[in-house]
Amino acid sequence: MANRITLEVTRYNPAHDEKPRPDTYEVPLRKEWVVLDALNYIKDHLDGSLSFRWSCRMGVCGSCGMMVNGVPKLTCATFLSDYAPGPVRVEPMSHFPVLRDLVVDTSDFLVKLAKSKPWIIRKVEKPLNEEYFQTPEQMDAYKQFSMCINCMLCYAACPVYGLDPLFSGPAAIALAQRYNLDSRDQGASDRLDILSHHEGIWGCTFVGECTQVCPKNVDPAAAIQQYKLTATMEWLKALVLPRGAE
Amino acid sequence: MNNPTEYLPRSYHTRVSTYWWLARWAYVKFILREASSVFVAWIVVVTLLQIRALTRGPADYAELQNSLRSPLLLTLNAVSLAFVIFHAVTWFNLAPKAMVIRLRGKRLSSLAIAAPNYVAWVVISAAIAWILLRG
Amino acid sequence: MLFSAGGVVSAMLMPIHVLLFGLAFPLGWVDAPSYEHLLALVRHPLTRVYLFILCSLALFHWAHRFRFTLYDGLQIKHLNELINTFCYGGATLGTAVAAYLLWRIP
Repeated sequence: MANRITLEVTRYNPAHDEKPRPDTYEVPLRKEWVVLDALNYIKDHLDGSLSFRWSCRMGVCGSCGMMVNGVPKLTCATFLSDYAPGPVRVEPMSHFPVLRDLVVDTSDFLVKLAKSKPWIIRKVEKPLNEEYFQTPEQMDAYKQFSMCINCMLCYAACPVYGLDPLFSGPAAIALAQRYNLDSRDQGASDRLDILSHHEGIWGCTFVGECTQVCPKNVDPAAAIQQYKLTATMEWLKALVLPRGAE
Repeated sequence: MNNPTEYLPRSYHTRVSTYWWLARWAYVKFILREASSVFVAWIVVVTLLQIRALTRGPADYAELQNSLRSPLLLTLNAVSLAFVIFHAVTWFNLAPKAMVIRLRGKRLSSLAIAAPNYVAWVVISAAIAWILLRG
Repeated sequence: MLFSAGGVVSAMLMPIHVLLFGLAFPLGWVDAPSYEHLLALVRHPLTRVYLFILCSLALFHWAHRFRFTLYDGLQIKHLNELINTFCYGGATLGTAVAAYLLWRIP
């Protein structure tokens, strides 16, 4: 295997660039290196002005999401040698405004996440000295969707989010579903009111790319389709039993 | 980020290309899957034409049957068959994602939910073929 | 809901319909049913209901899917009034035509 590889990295400085453009860098190709290592090499030795987000470097914090050869990836979990002989194209995550170089503005996602009310909602609070018991089966019901690290790769992969900025997006809906399915939660109807409209769950056309790119196997596409089924059942129940069957 | 300030200049919004769906094979497959609906609508048109011809009499019906033999319509219907099967297969394979059924604590696998759909498909198709062919 | 129902109905029923009426009968792979047999079949109220459900659900399935394909695929969401009319209007029209034709079988 060659010992160098070329990276084409998007650069954008809003102070003096009209639009983003790629710069080429040659970095060592070490067999255990990931794309993040290459970016840090560039920053340490070649061009200190390169800006990018990263933190845990082990695939749990969700900070280092970027497009590698057009596919949304966590750069700390993407091996350089898989792309040999290169060149490797590293671009900021799609569908988000680019603030600088590889850094994107994630505030839209955070707003939408908050709308999903991703916390346990109780209609009736338990006194502080009483625990909430949960069987392994009850935890299993929502566990997969709780694995989300908010890395937003699913938003970069979702064409609906790219085309319709109002769409809530995969992670926000999957996290809403994570709480809906939690046996300790009583807020399912609140979240349904917020999400059961065209820019919520009904905006999803089940492309399925979100699930393909998710590094934690959350399967947001499944969460959304299950949520659609639930919403339809609720709608039918409301139709047939107008007074509600709480 | 609509108001650039001195320390936070304007961010760059990349416009999504009209050809976004050509960039990845997964997207192309998605658009093909959605496009199958056009062929479903076409089959409805053919069916309605057949009903109309049946109502008008044997001569009209024979004429319609003749035009169905033309290379153009044969090709169109062959393509429709391919797309309609593609629709059925993708539909049955995706259905398990929406339905979480738990039996004795364990979640039913995707195959367990998709398989009955395929079986029903074969049985129903056979039944229709039998009804049409026994005359 | 119409979309899902239409999806299931078209997945289950369309393939065999196209295979037989679009290919097998015109190409002579099997003997096509006679005019009399088909007319007798189609006269039966159950067949009429079956065909009506098949046609109308399939059309609404198309309408919903095609509408979103136009929005997303071609990004012409600004034409959405036109698209909605074309899709749902078309499906309603088709359903009405189906109902009329099925009603008028002698």
